[in-house]
Order: sequence, then C-alpha cells, then structure tokens
Amino acid sequence: MKILVCITHVPDTTAKITFIDNNTKLNESGIQFIIGPYDDFALARAIELKETHGATVTVLNVGEANTEPTIRKALAIGADDAIRINTAPTDSMYVAHQIADAIKQEAYDLILMGRESIDYNSGVVHGIVGALLDIPSVSPVMVLDIEGTTVKISREIEGGKEFLEVELPIVAGCQEPIAEWKIPNMRGIMTARSKPLKVVEPVAFNHSTETVSYENPPEKGSVKLVDAENAEDLIDLLKNEAKVL
Amino acid sequence: MSILVFIEGSEGVLKKSSKEAISYAAQAGSILNDQEIVAVVLGSYDESILSNLGSNGATKVINVEGDVFAENQIGVFSDSIQGIMTDNDIKLLVMIKSSFSDNIGGRIAGKTGASVVSSVISLPDVSNGFKVNKSIFTGKAATTVSVNGDIKVLIVNKNTVELQESGDIAPVEKIQVSSDIEVKIKITGKEKAEGDILLEDADIVVSGGRGLKGPENWGIIEDLAKALGAATGCSKPVSDVGWRPHHEHVGQTGVKVSPNLYIAVGISGAIQHLAGVNSSKVLVAINNDPEAPFFKAADYGIVGDAFEVLPKLTEKIKSL
Ligand SMILES: Cc1cc2nc3c(=O)[nH]c(=O)nc-3n(C[C@H](O)[C@H](O)[C@H](O)COP(=O)(O)OP(=O)(O)OC[C@H]3O[C@@H](n4cnc5c(N)ncnc54)[C@H](O)[C@@H]3O)c2cc1C
Ligand SMILES: Nc1ncnc2c1ncn2[C@@H]1O[C@H](COP(=O)(O)O)[C@@H](O)[C@H]1O
Repeated sequence: MKILVCITHVPDTTAKITFIDNNTKLNESGIQFIIGPYDDFALARAIELKETHGATVTVLNVGEANTEPTIRKALAIGADDAIRINTAPTDSMYVAHQIADAIKQEAYDLILMGRESIDYNSGVVHGIVGALLDIPSVSPVMVLDIEGTTVKISREIEGGKEFLEVELPIVAGCQEPIAEWKIPNMRGIMTARSKPLKVVEPVAFNHSTETVSYENPPEKGSVKLVDAENAEDLIDLLKNEAKVL
Repeated sequence: MSILVFIEGSEGVLKKSSKEAISYAAQAGSILNDQEIVAVVLGSYDESILSNLGSNGATKVINVEGDVFAENQIGVFSDSIQGIMTDNDIKLLVMIKSSFSDNIGGRIAGKTGASVVSSVISLPDVSNGFKVNKSIFTGKAATTVSVNGDIKVLIVNKNTVELQESGDIAPVEKIQVSSDIEVKIKITGKEKAEGDILLEDADIVVSGGRGLKGPENWGIIEDLAKALGAATGCSKPVSDVGWRPHHEHVGQTGVKVSPNLYIAVGISGAIQHLAGVNSSKVLVAINNDPEAPFFKAADYGIVGDAFEVLPKLTEKIKSL
C-alpha cells in the first residue's frame, strides 16, 4: 500500500500573528513552525498503518525551501520519503492542483490530509483533490482502518459520529483521535537526514484567488467583572446590556 | 442569474445556522444587483419548513427528494448541487461553514473550477473586482482576498450577518437532478448523542474545564445549560481523560463554536481553546484565579468558585 500524507508548515499554535511590509507579509521573526496539528494526526495514523499493514509513507508539502525542516521532522517521525513542490501555497485550488498532479504520477492508494490547515483554515483541499481525481473524499475522519481494499471510517457529524465503508483509493481529512501524535526519537532524527526529499517544480495553473492584504482583529476591550457574592447580577447584564438572553 | 444557497439539515430539520447563508446571499445580492436568491435543500422536509426559508431571504426554494439524500453524503450532495449549478448557469454558491459544508464546497470547486474561499467573514466588496475578508490563523488574523474566477463558492463563517426573519414565504420547486449520482460510500451506522442541543448550532454554550475537578461535578454545568437552553462543551483535557465525550471538545483541534453567548467555567483560556470560541458574540469567564488568561479575552467575568457561582446563576435564570 502506498500512503501519501499532505502536510502544512504552519506557525505553532501559541504564536502571535503579526504582519510586515504594509500588512502584505506574515512576520516570521520569532515564530516556530510546526507540522499542522491535524496533518500530524494524519501522519501518525499513516505510520501506524505502515507498522500494522506494511506500507510506504510519502509526505508531501507544497511550499518553498523554508519548509524543509518541517518536512524533515515528518521523515524523523517515520515517513519513508518526501516530496516538496516548490511554490508558495497561496490558494487552495492552486495547492490542490499541485497535490492532485503528484498523486497522478505515483498512484497512491490512500491520501491522508488534515481536516484543515491552521493558517488558512479552509478545510477544502481534500475535497478539491478528491474531485480532481474523481475519488471519494471524507472528512473529518476520527477512526480509519483498512481491511483488504476497504477503508472503514468513523467520521464526525454534528453531535455524534457516522460509520462508513469505502473502497481505496480515497482522500481523508483527519482529526483527533485518529492516532496519537508521534514524537521523533534520536534514531528517527538521524535517519531522516538521509531519507530522499525530492523537490519538484509546480505544474502551471492560474491562481483563482489572490491575497490583497492582512489585518489583525481589533483589540478586545477590558473585561467587566461581576462580584462573586452577587453572581446573579451577571444575568441582568447579559439580558439588558449585552442583550444575549 | 441567481445566487444559489446550500442549506444543510438532517432528519427533517434544517440547520438554523445554515439559514444565515440565505440572509448573507440576500445582502450580497443587493450589492451585486442580483435579487434572485435560490435556496437548495436536498432530502425530504415538510413543505412549510421549505417555504419558510423565504423568511430568511430566499426568493425561491429548490428541493430535490430521493432516498440517496437520506444521509448527508459528501459525494452525493456535492455532485447534485454541482449538477444544479451547471443546469442553471449559477456563478455564485453560498453556504455556511461546517464540518460538512467544507467538503461540499471543496468538491464542487474541484469539479467546476470555481474560485473557492472558506471562512469568509464579510459581504463582497465589488468596488474594484470581487473581494471578501477571510478569517485566518484560527481567528487570530484576517485577510482580504480577491476572488477572480468566473464561478465562485463562498463558505461563510457563522455570525457574519444577522439571520433575517421577515415572515415571507418562498415558492418551492421540486426538481430532479439530471446528472447520475453515484454512491461510492456505504454508511454502516450512526451514533448520536440523544436529545442534546447541537454544539455547533447552539445560540448559547456552557463549557467546563479542568477546574471542575471531575465528571461527577458536571451537574452544575448541565443545570445551567438546561436553564439557558444551551449546549454543553468542554476543554480538550476534559475530553482527553474521558470526563466528557470527544465531540464536546471546543477549540483549535475540536469544535469551533460561534454562539451569541459562550460561558467558560473553570477553563484557563489557553490560546488553543480561545481559537475555537473567538467568533462568539459575548464571552463570559468564570474562574477562581483572577490571573486566568480567559479574563483577557472575555467580555464579562466572575472571579470565584464555580461550585458557588453556578447554582446562583441557575437560580436566577429560573426565576426570570
Ligand atoms: C496543538 C494543541 C492543540 C490544542 N487544542 C486544544 C483545543 O482544541 N481545545 C482546548 O481546550 N485545548 C486545547 N489544547 C490544550 C490547551 O493548551 C490547554 O492545555 C487546555 O485548554 C487547558 O484546559 P483547561 O482550561 O480545562 O485546564 P487548565 O488549564 O488546567 O485550567 C483549569 C482552570 O480552572 C480554574 N479553576 C480551578 N478550580 C476552579 C473552581 N473551583 N472554580 C472556578 N475555576 C476553577 C483554574 O484557575 C484554571 O484556570 C491544545 C494544545 C495544543 C498543544
Ligand atoms: N501547502 C500544502 N502542502 C501540502 N498539503 C497541504 C497544503 N495546504 C493544505 N494541505 C493539506 O490540505 C489540508 C486542508 O487544508 P486547508 O484546505 O487549507 O484547510 C491540510 O490539513 C493539509 O493536509
């Protein structure tokens, strides 16, 4: 089985997000970049499947050279090889076309992604890729097991879950608790350096959206405190002042 | 030309938050000079439920019935809506963001080549091209995006516009989908939390964190939620240790909620938790530590012991 895991290179979840160059560029100074948390779940499940079913795990990132440390980390966690498509990932449709093209070249059986990236928060790349390849896409996936060529999935639906079965190949957008995040060990870090990381140039495709500028939300005013002794006064404020009751 | 709006529902009930998409489309329609707002509903619903979408701003409702729509299937729904778009030469599709609609928007964009923008937080600005604002970095920032494709799909965050309720009725047209719908996924079962108010769709959410000390103490959360007609949520560590079910966990890696009122009880206010609640209208923090970070994000707060404060709030609500 050939598994492809698509990973994003994103600021760590606690990072303070600011912009430079007249609000046209993310201020990367002081920011630590990580594998997207949902992508990390996808990767962890891929490694588990490799251990239980035997598989090759390839990680793919659409990004410029600065994402390579993040890709190496995925190799250290246990992926066998990596592909970086050398272009800035600025539009979902553009990124999805790059990923779909890579999948066409290699015929992967299972394509795992995160349910959403934590920078663009779009949650659409898996659906677009599924449609481009005309194969099913399922998200958000909380359990994923393979029996022969059948994938057994539990998907989150509002207020519960749904169980489904589908034949490979598919694209799945993963989330907790599909697997526990894996931390690279020393041996993984050592071997990661020599694992193949192939850099390929993007296929030509027009961007259908363009980022004009970035902005930070307005600062929040200060909190209005209600004395614990008269806690019930809060209800009056919510009713009469905030008008939410 | 008209704006098509995808409305989600299940088991005979349409999602309230999803109806905001119609109000969004109606307001976008006046900006775009496009007054025909067509709501599309797949599956079987009462005629009155469908025609009442006129109240939210629909000028027409298209309803497609069929057994294939009994479950919310990603492939089936996206293929059907795409068929309707092609048949009617639709250039703009609007829906409210959810864990289901993301999939639909993505697949339709893939099939039609549409420009897709998800997490939209503004009406279109057409003064120079077609621009919308989009939330990024889980609410920590926003960006202005120019949407250039001939066909556009906008997946709009909840609370972007006020849900309009005019009382109008819209005509309902029953149609067949022309394209062949291929069912590739077999649904083998479902597990639903009985009788609960849907967290993603709730107007009010009461959430508990590690400060509640154990699952046996959840009664005070449930009592307050019940009195308020609210859904209950929790922080990640609470669902990690199994005090509450996984699907109640709110935040960056859990459910993102945008209620009118979010009450956080014994939750410290870690940035990953706030990421899931920062588009709520009003945030309330109840915590015995005055230094808890949640107080920096909250609109209202009570510094005090949850076990003393909550019963007082519940009493007061009940007395109203
Ligand atoms: C990548 C990543 C993703 C994450 N995603 C999420 C996520 O989606 N959602 C999420 O919630 N967390 C998430 N976390 C975890 C997050 O960082 C915090 O650890 C978590 O939110 C803390 O939960 P808590 O507030 O319940 O517990 P704590 O931080 O332990 O806070 C408990 C609070 O209760 C208060 N308290 C104690 N006793 C009382 C009392 N009697 N009355 C009132 N208050 C009391 C304390 O003062 C304290 O502020 C994530 C972490 C990482 C690294
Ligand atoms: N630049 C990228 N490179 C590789 N995979 C990506 C990229 N952007 C998005 N993805 C994948 O698509 C998923 C959904 O992303 P999004 O639609 O941006 O929320 C992510 O969790 C990744 O698995």
